[in-house]
Amino acid sequence: MTGAEIFIECLKREGVEAMFGYPGGQILPTFDKIFDSPIRFILTRHEQGAAHAAEGYARATGKVGVCVATSGPGATNLVTGIADAYMDSIPLVAFTGQVPTTLIGNDAFQEADVTGITRPVTKHNYLVKDTRDLARIIREAFYIASSGRQGPVLIDLPADVQRKDVEFVWPESVDIRSYKPTLYGHPGQIKKAARLIQKSKRPVIYAGGGVISSGASMELRRFAEKIEAPVTLTLMGLGAFPGNHGLFLGMLGMHGTGYANHAIMESDLIIAVGARFDDRVTGKLDAFAPHAKIIHIDIDPSSISKNVKVDIPIVGDVKNVLGQLLEELDKTPDTTDWLKEVQSLKKKFPLKYQTKNKLSPQYIIQQIDEATAGDAIITTEVGQNQMWASQWYKYLHPRSFISSGGLGTMGFGFPAAMGAKVGCPEKVVFDIAGDGSIQMNIQELATCVCNKIPVKVAILNNGFLGMVRQWQELFYKRRYSHTCLYNPDFVKLAESYGGVGIRVTKKEEVRPAIDKAIATDNVVFIDFHIEPEENVFPMVPAGEALNRMIEGLA
Amino acid sequence: MRHTVSLLVENKFGVLARISGLFSARGYNIASLAVSETLDPTVSYMTIVVEAKDETVLEQIKKQLNKLIDVITVTDFTKKEHVDREMVIVKISCSAKNKAKIERAAEKFGGKIIQCKNDTAIVEAVGDQQQVKQLLEALQEFGIKELVRTGRLAIAY
Repeated sequence: MTGAEIFIECLKREGVEAMFGYPGGQILPTFDKIFDSPIRFILTRHEQGAAHAAEGYARATGKVGVCVATSGPGATNLVTGIADAYMDSIPLVAFTGQVPTTLIGNDAFQEADVTGITRPVTKHNYLVKDTRDLARIIREAFYIASSGRQGPVLIDLPADVQRKDVEFVWPESVDIRSYKPTLYGHPGQIKKAARLIQKSKRPVIYAGGGVISSGASMELRRFAEKIEAPVTLTLMGLGAFPGNHGLFLGMLGMHGTGYANHAIMESDLIIAVGARFDDRVTGKLDAFAPHAKIIHIDIDPSSISKNVKVDIPIVGDVKNVLGQLLEELDKTPDTTDWLKEVQSLKKKFPLKYQTKNKLSPQYIIQQIDEATAGDAIITTEVGQNQMWASQWYKYLHPRSFISSGGLGTMGFGFPAAMGAKVGCPEKVVFDIAGDGSIQMNIQELATCVCNKIPVKVAILNNGFLGMVRQWQELFYKRRYSHTCLYNPDFVKLAESYGGVGIRVTKKEEVRPAIDKAIATDNVVFIDFHIEPEENVFPMVPAGEALNRMIEGLA
Repeated sequence: MRHTVSLLVENKFGVLARISGLFSARGYNIASLAVSETLDPTVSYMTIVVEAKDETVLEQIKKQLNKLIDVITVTDFTKKEHVDREMVIVKISCSAKNKAKIERAAEKFGGKIIQCKNDTAIVEAVGDQQQVKQLLEALQEFGIKELVRTGRLAIAY
């Protein structure tokens, strides 16, 4: 088989059903084989779109996302998506063409040192120098991407390696001597953690994306119900615990709910589950959870005690560790008083918004929630749209909220929605976007129309880069330096690609527009003209303690 | 504070770049680095001396190194019985008059003159951190023109 044929054969054996990409000179031998392959290939209109689409696919399905691009600029255009997947621990395998091995290092046409460029943003990467190594490398790449703390792996394929004909040998198993993720928690640590939980009076479970990667939502729910502790989720964790559950506190952190943040500050035990104490979550570090002991469950030892000193670290897959803890806990703490207190925090610090506005973004998201009965997949761009989407939609299932958490990539949501829709065609997929972000990958309208990927895009159009403008309003004396946008007519733009556009300027038009979008079997842009200077509240200013929140409403 | 860490890594192209990249990306400083093949030609041994301002930073460095797919083991010598050695080669001014003096100074700290030509002597020495430090101090008075060191090598008991 040639290298290109091995590529197809390995992808089939790995169970790949869809991939996203863009052709070019040095990946031509592979594209020649993709042409005849049964694997669905989706041609995006920009390599960045392909990378985010592969991420969206992976985030929605839990399978490894695959993207393919050519050498040089094709590969560098993938980099943002790869970095995004790295920050959020998303399993992704990216293939890039490379100049022939004889030309590497010669500054050949469309040559870039792609393994060099992507080294800090991949879990691992490979430059394939010999076609005989290719099958093993692809097998390892899928294994590395999808095991342990998941992440992106890149394989750089020189053109001559794709062309060369060798015997195909499929490695039956993967054995990497230096890579053995720890899957179960240490029994001694489990015992210690159980004792601490039993003694606690004011426990809070703080869970993140690790619960989703590990498929541990059921275990998390059983655990929370067993110890009767309230649960707050990070942005990456939304959906890991039902948004309508009595123990749910919503998201914590910079734009978290007041009650989640206050509960953290008053807690005597934080049980961190698959979360990494990001600065957007902790606020001022020395003031974080001052009365609490901390148990930290994570598959990545380097996440533990990186930002916050932890009392009981447990390294392992959170699904297994929660199972071990459930088994170990014979007694459970009495949290009756604490839960009462948490209830009063909920009453004292509810999420709220100015309903007098003619068109509130929060209302739009609530309406999307109602119209889809919490059963849609929501993707977001980055900024205010993302925060409102995290606050005002009740996520009931894991993998129903897809957002660029760590890297915060504008332009993520639309291609990610495409990928999610390809992976879950039966689901309604909404991208909640801003007028700034949507223009960063708007070319993917063509991909949606050509490939019949009917995603819905709710553009919360305020004519601003809203979140940056909000910071300028609050911290830079309202000096709106380059945050005011000139925008195209999004309705006509969608139509020009063969999609559907709807404009909404009044509250009473919101629901009919959403219903119409859902009923339309095509990509739909809804251009919501929202209140231009609406802010996201509550807000913990950067570097402040979590209980020093700014509330928006007088 | 400086700490000595050793690694067993896959002997492949790009591995050194991964390790040095990890240090630079996270702002850790490498004080010295020595790499060579082991008895098993597929494995290389690295001795790295790192600057870490506290225990937490050192812990992070070790965990991050362990996370690299090509790193097989990480050993921290901070609290481990071990032997470490460094080789230095020093070029110093030398005249017929003070050659004997240089020789004595060098020998006192485990060094010797390996070449003496015109007005320059080359001294080599192998020793632990303390010996090398003392040797360099002793040679200071003769005027060190140039010096080169291998960086530390360390092995655990």
